[in-house]
This record gives sequence, C-alpha cells and structure tokens, in this order.
Amino acid sequence: MTGPAPSAPVLEASKVTVQFGGLKALADFDLRLQAGELVGMIGPNGAGKTTAFNAITGVYAPTAGEVRVAGERVNGQRPFQICQRGVARTFQNIRLFRELSALDNVRVACHHGHAAGFLAAFLRSASFLADEARITQRAEGFLEVMGLVHRRNELARNLPYGEQRRLEIARALATGPKLLCLDEPAAGMNASEKVALMELIRKIRDDFRLAILVIEHDMRVVMGVSERLVVLDHGVTIASGLPDAVRRDPRVIEAYLGDAYLAEHQIAVPGAVS
Amino acid sequence: MTEFFQHLVSGLSVGTIYALIALGYTMVYGVLKLINFAHGDIYMVGAFSGMYLSNAIGLSEEHPSFLKTVAVFVGAMVLCAGLGMLIERLAYRPLRHRPRLTALITAIGVSFLLEYGFQLPPLIGTGNARFPPGPTPAFFPPPFKYVGWDLAGVTVSNYDVISLLVAFGFMLGLQWVVYRTKFGTAMRAVSFDSQVAGLMGINVNRVIAGTFALGSALAAVAALLIASSRPSINPLMGLMPGIKAFVAAVVGGIGSVPGAMVGGLVLGLAEEYVAGYAVSEYRDAIAFAVLILVLLVRPAGLLGKTRMEKV
Amino acid sequence: MKLFGLAARSAAPLVLAGVAAWLLQAQLGQAWGVILMYAGINVVLAVSLNVVNGFTGQFSIGHAGFMAVGAYTAAKITFALQEAQLFHLPLGASQQIIFLLALAAGMGMAALAGLAAGMPSLRLRGDYLAIVTLGFNEIIRVVIENTPFLGGATGLSGLPRRTTLVWVGLGAVATILMARRLVGSTHGRALLAIREDEVAAEAMGVDTTSYKVRAFVISSAFAGLAGGLLVHMLQLCNPADFSFIKSFEVVTMVVLGGLGSVTGSVLAALLLTISLQVFTEFQQYRMVVYALLLIVLMLTRPSGLFGSRELWDLFPAWRARRKEPQPPSSPTSEEVP
Repeated sequence: MTGPAPSAPVLEASKVTVQFGGLKALADFDLRLQAGELVGMIGPNGAGKTTAFNAITGVYAPTAGEVRVAGERVNGQRPFQICQRGVARTFQNIRLFRELSALDNVRVACHHGHAAGFLAAFLRSASFLADEARITQRAEGFLEVMGLVHRRNELARNLPYGEQRRLEIARALATGPKLLCLDEPAAGMNASEKVALMELIRKIRDDFRLAILVIEHDMRVVMGVSERLVVLDHGVTIASGLPDAVRRDPRVIEAYLGDAYLAEHQIAVPGAVS
Repeated sequence: MTEFFQHLVSGLSVGTIYALIALGYTMVYGVLKLINFAHGDIYMVGAFSGMYLSNAIGLSEEHPSFLKTVAVFVGAMVLCAGLGMLIERLAYRPLRHRPRLTALITAIGVSFLLEYGFQLPPLIGTGNARFPPGPTPAFFPPPFKYVGWDLAGVTVSNYDVISLLVAFGFMLGLQWVVYRTKFGTAMRAVSFDSQVAGLMGINVNRVIAGTFALGSALAAVAALLIASSRPSINPLMGLMPGIKAFVAAVVGGIGSVPGAMVGGLVLGLAEEYVAGYAVSEYRDAIAFAVLILVLLVRPAGLLGKTRMEKV
Repeated sequence: MKLFGLAARSAAPLVLAGVAAWLLQAQLGQAWGVILMYAGINVVLAVSLNVVNGFTGQFSIGHAGFMAVGAYTAAKITFALQEAQLFHLPLGASQQIIFLLALAAGMGMAALAGLAAGMPSLRLRGDYLAIVTLGFNEIIRVVIENTPFLGGATGLSGLPRRTTLVWVGLGAVATILMARRLVGSTHGRALLAIREDEVAAEAMGVDTTSYKVRAFVISSAFAGLAGGLLVHMLQLCNPADFSFIKSFEVVTMVVLGGLGSVTGSVLAALLLTISLQVFTEFQQYRMVVYALLLIVLMLTRPSGLFGSRELWDLFPAWRARRKEPQPPSSPTSEEVP
C-alpha cells in the first residue's frame, strides 16, 4: 500500500439492528472496513447476511444503530444515494437488466457520473456525445477486466450463468465504489470457476484499492479469499477474526453442524449450558 | 339534523352496494393478485340478466311475487357466476404466469369488450328482449312497489331497508364461507401462497374459478338491488360503480374481505356527505380523490398489511 | 463550427419533415389530409406514452388527461391572442408564431400536470399506478366539465383552424426524435434499467423516483402537444374527447406496436387511425375491435408487433452501421476462447 492510510474507514457499521415487527433479522451488527480489506461474511441460511447487506446499501433503513460510509452517516438514505457515496453490490439472485446488452448493463452503472442533461441529450450536443463516448469507453474497460468484452452486445439474459455473475460484478465495479459487497458471487459455479473467481476478486481488490465484503457459503472460497471473517447466526454476530481461528470456534461449529456434533466430538462451548 | 340522517341512510345504502362489488375485487386480487377491471361490467351484466329474466317470467311492480323475485336473483347470480368463470378461464388463466401487466391489459380489454359489446346493434330479439341491448337505457322492472316511510323527517324507503338487509345478509354469508368452510380456507391459502397451496393438495384452478363465481354472484346481487330502485339500466352503468368499488376495496385494504366491507361503507358515506354538504357536481371525482389520498398516505389500506419485498 | 454541427443535427430532421409534409399536403386531397393529420396526432400520443409505458415500464392509462391540459391551454392562448399581430408581421406569419406559442404553452402546462400527477404516484406499484393515472384522467375531465371558464360540458368552440399537415408532421417527427434520442442516451438507459429491475437500478446509482417522474413529465408534455394540435384541427375543445376511452385507444396502439418500440408505436398508430377512418361505417364496432385486438394480442403475442425492437433491428447490417463509433469489432459469441 502506498501513501498513508485513509483516516476514515470505508465502512463503519455500529450496533446496526434491523427489526421486522417482532423479529430481529439483524441485531447489534458491528463491522469496520478499511480500504483494501477483504472480509468474508458467513453463517447458516437465514442468518441475516443479506439483511446486513441491505442495511448497508440502504434497501432497509436500520431500526437502530448507525452506518457510516467514508465517515458520513448514511442511515435512511436511499440506495442510489448510498451507491453514489461509494457502495456497490451484487445480488444473491442475479438481478441483471435482462433485456439490455452486457455493455448497456455496465453503462447504466456509469450513469451517475455523467454531466450532460436531458436537453443536451435531445439536441445531441458535442458535450453530450463526448460524455457518451466516455461512458462507453469506461464500461468497456470494466467488461474487459471481467473478461466479457466479447459479449458486449449480447443480451444479459442470453449469457451463460457464470458470465452473468461476472457481468453483475463488472456492473457493480463500474459505479466506482469504495466498498464492493458481493452476495454469494460463486453460487452455482463449479470448482474451477470458483477458483478463477477467487483470484479475480483478489485482483480486483488489488487493482482498484477497494474494500470488499463477500457473503459466501462455500467455505473453501471464503476461507481462501478473506483476510477476516464475520460469522452470523440468527441475526447475531457469533464470531469474527482470522479465518483459522473462526473455523475452530466452537460456536461457529455449533451454528453450522449442531450441538450433536459438538457432543460427539466433545467440544465445549464456553459459557454454554450442557 | 334530519339532513344528516338522510345522508346517513343514503350513504349506508350506497355503501353496502359498493361493499358487495368491492368484495369481488378484493377476493380476486387476493387469489390472483390481479385487478379484475371487468368486474364492474359483470355487475352490469347482472342487471341486464335480471331484466331479461324478469321479463321472461313476468315479474314486475304490478305482479309482484316473492318466489319470482328469488328466482330472478338466483338466475342472475348463476349467470354472472358463469360469466365470471368463463372470463377467468379464457382470458386470465392462460396468463397466470405472465407479467402482471399483461393480465392487467387483458382485463381492461375484457371490460371494454363487455361495455361496447352490449352497445352493439341488436342481433336477436326485439324490444326489451333484444340482445345486445344497445346504448339506449333499458327499463328494469322493479320487483315491488316503492313504499316510503317518514321517520322524523327522514325518508326511508322499503328499497333502502330491503337493500340493506339483503346486502348485509350476503356479506354475513360470505364471511361464513370464507372463514368457516373448507372452500374458504382453501381460498385464503391460495391468497397467501398459491404455489404452496397447490403443493398441499388444493386444486388452485378450482379455487380461483370458485372465487370468481362468488365475487360475480355478489356483483349480480348488488346490481339487482340498485336496479330495483333505479330502473334505468345501460351498458355503461358498471363503469363508475366498478371504479368506486375498487377504490373501496383499496381503502379497506385490497385482499382483505372485512376491509372491502368497511371500505365500501366508508366510501359510500364519504361520497354522500361530501356531495351533500359540499360540492355535488364533483361527486364522481370524490372517489378518485379518496383513492389517491389513501394510496399516498396508507397504501395498504385501513385493514391491509404491507408486504416487504425480499431483495 | 460546433454550434453549426449541433444545429444541423437537431434542425435537419425537422426541416426535412416539414418539407416532406408540405409537399404531401399539396398532393393530397382534403379527405386524406385529415386522415393523415389524425394519424400524425396519434403518432405523437403513442410515441409519447411509450416513453412511460414502454421505456420506463410504468403503467400509465391516463394519457388523455394531459392531452386535455395541453389542448385547453393552447386554445385559451389562441383565443386570447386572436386579434393580436406580432411585431407588425403579416397576419399569416403572426398567426403561425402565436400558434407555436400556444402549442408550447400547452406542452408546458401538460408537463406541469404530469409533474403534479407523477410525483406522488410513482411510489406505487404497477396496478395501483394504473388506477391512479386513470383517476387523474377522470378528475381532469370532471374539473373541465364543471368549469365555465373552460366551457364546461359543451366545450369551447369557434377555435380558428391552425393545424396543417406540416404542423402535425413536425410534431410527429419531433416526438419520434425525442423518443429515439432519449432511449439512445444514458438517460434512456437509466429508464430502461428501471423497467428491467428497479431495485438493481437503484442499487447502481439511478435515482429511480426522479427518473420516473421525468419520464412522466416528458410524456405528458408531448401529450399536451397532441392535444393542442387536435383542437386546432377540430376547431373545438370538448371534454368528451379526452376521456379514458381516448387513453385506452392510445394504450392499445402502444401495446399493439410493442412496448418499448418507437417504430411499433408509429406503425400501430398509423395502422389503427387509417383503418378506422377508412372503415367509418364500422365506427360503432371500433371499441369492440380494439378490445378483442387487445385480448387476443395479450394471449398470443404480448410483445406486440415489434416487441422492443426497432425497424433497423430487422436489418442487422443496417443496425451495425447505426451504432456509435466503437473500437474494432470483437469476435462474435461463437468464437469464445
């Protein structure tokens, strides 16, 4: 890393709680990410991982707690505002613009940096045309990073599954984020694709100096790529720290494998009632 | 003061009519998540069915007959139920898995088809028995003579009383069906999650068809009650009541059966009081104003629940 | 030099359209002229509605309401300035300029109406938005019918005839240009993204509410243009011309042509208007035909005639030449390494 570390963390979530009626989908969630950090978020299904994403990106307004992006409080802001502050995401179930081409998908993400207004668009002014060229060039750059330039004119819905996932990442990158949130980016991929994706994620982090938050189920993917792990279960953070330590944490084992496993292997959970 | 109570009577009267029609909207929306634009026109068909049946069996003010009235009611209800099921089968079922916009456009198409189909020049029959009836208003023979009572300055007619009693009776009947019968439970299950309901062994197609039948039959009842006191019927008569009943359903919370009843009464009373005390020319616009207000302030309606979309 | 390029790009198509319409007008008889004017006005309506329904994926079925706002505004201005003569210009030229002002004012008011209607309602989901737009349409009509200043239910008559095929041609081409240039811009892509997946669009930095409102405003403005053109052809303003039946007709055209296809909207508008005028004895069947058409269309080919494609999508070679300047073409999908 060259130069001094930035003063404010890219993401600072403090005691974030998301409550639906009586159900606390996320409780007292704390997370701090500096630029360049790669953190994995794991936990059984329904643990609240996507809820955490949604709270960070503005889909849900936190019931309690605070989310700060690059030092600024973003509670209650709309997702597009938080995106413009520097948070981009992909979705658990792919949400591409299906009837648009791959290039157009990425160009939409380049939209909010543009300068020319509606009138310039109608008149096709020179500044508008320059803007469009700039957007197209930028979008193609991101397609290239994800190895999708040859698909630029293909409709998103016609792309093979793995390429759709990569396109979603390209699109998120094109928004120029400081924090990239990937929601199960390797879902549905085979082993070799997953390895390639891991390397790609690391490369993206290095090339773009991003903070990356990854939700993943596949242990090998997330262990291999994360510097730190956060484990959620029923909305509560049950463990966090280095991957090796987390992997051996009895509470994490219990959450994934159940207490029968613990008993069988005679692992004691500190503070638990037996 | 008497004016207040007069408006109360009229408001309740028209409110129960809206409620009966609104029930059809809300039940269909509950199971299909579709606004059946054609529902108001099924109401219109109910009125015309009643007219044709009354003329066929010789029911009118001069020759009242309780049995014949019941026969006309049952006949019109059966005809409308059949029409409702037919529309569902031909126009909506094929689109069940398409985007909702497609079904919505189709519903609008069916609505206009009924409205303007009924205005075409007659193909068969003559006079009051001609079909299609054409655009000029037709005469609906009232099943019994009008009798008005003066209660401390407030005019209450036998139509008002009968209309209220019949409407409430049917609403109670519907409550029983929805909450105390197997069919009603199946209907509610389908409205929660039709896929899972199907997996649990419910014949979703039959339930939906039955829902349409039920809603259409209620619309027929509403039409007959209205036509009895306002005997001029025409092919476009379902338009405004249909839209207003839809507003009532939304106000009460679309998908909620008690909501439709409450919404209907609320709208009927609101309309009466605003038109009575304030601006009567804008009577028709009141429903829309109420709708827009409700959708902006409390989109789920009075008794509805908000649904969160999982991202 | 830059300004010249700008002017050329914007003015050239309009000038061409104007000249073409002027020549056509001279050739055609009265009857066909009127039919084409109706068709052109419907083109303006269909293409402008497509911006909201087709590009942005919202469901607006109250287009005629904005038409009414534009029509009455333009009419009032024409009446007010009927005797005026601008800058000592010859009467003819002065009248044309006033007409242009009237149309522009109509567009402006219609845009404002679109803003008023759009802002609160665009938070709503599809079916609710449809009902609310219908509601606004009806409210506008009821208000007009009850306002003596606007002529009430009988309307305003005695409007001078100003609309010619040239004006309609210019209006239609301007609308088509607007739609095409919008969809081919980053703003248009934002609208398409909203149509495709609003949640994702918002997550990618698009202010979805603002854009939906803008689409509404633009669409309403051009509906106002159509209204202004119509009443200066009919020489009267009647609220019955702007009921939801008219809205439904426009929706039919847009759906028939294909939501999202400007070509489709143009062709459907031309097709329906011309066939309607030609077969006038079937007028009373018109609504039934429209209704059946809509139902059958939805059941068999919901994407309409053109889906969301344009004319040039039928000719791939032509399409490749039309795309903006780009780096050397990449290998096609069959040649994935």
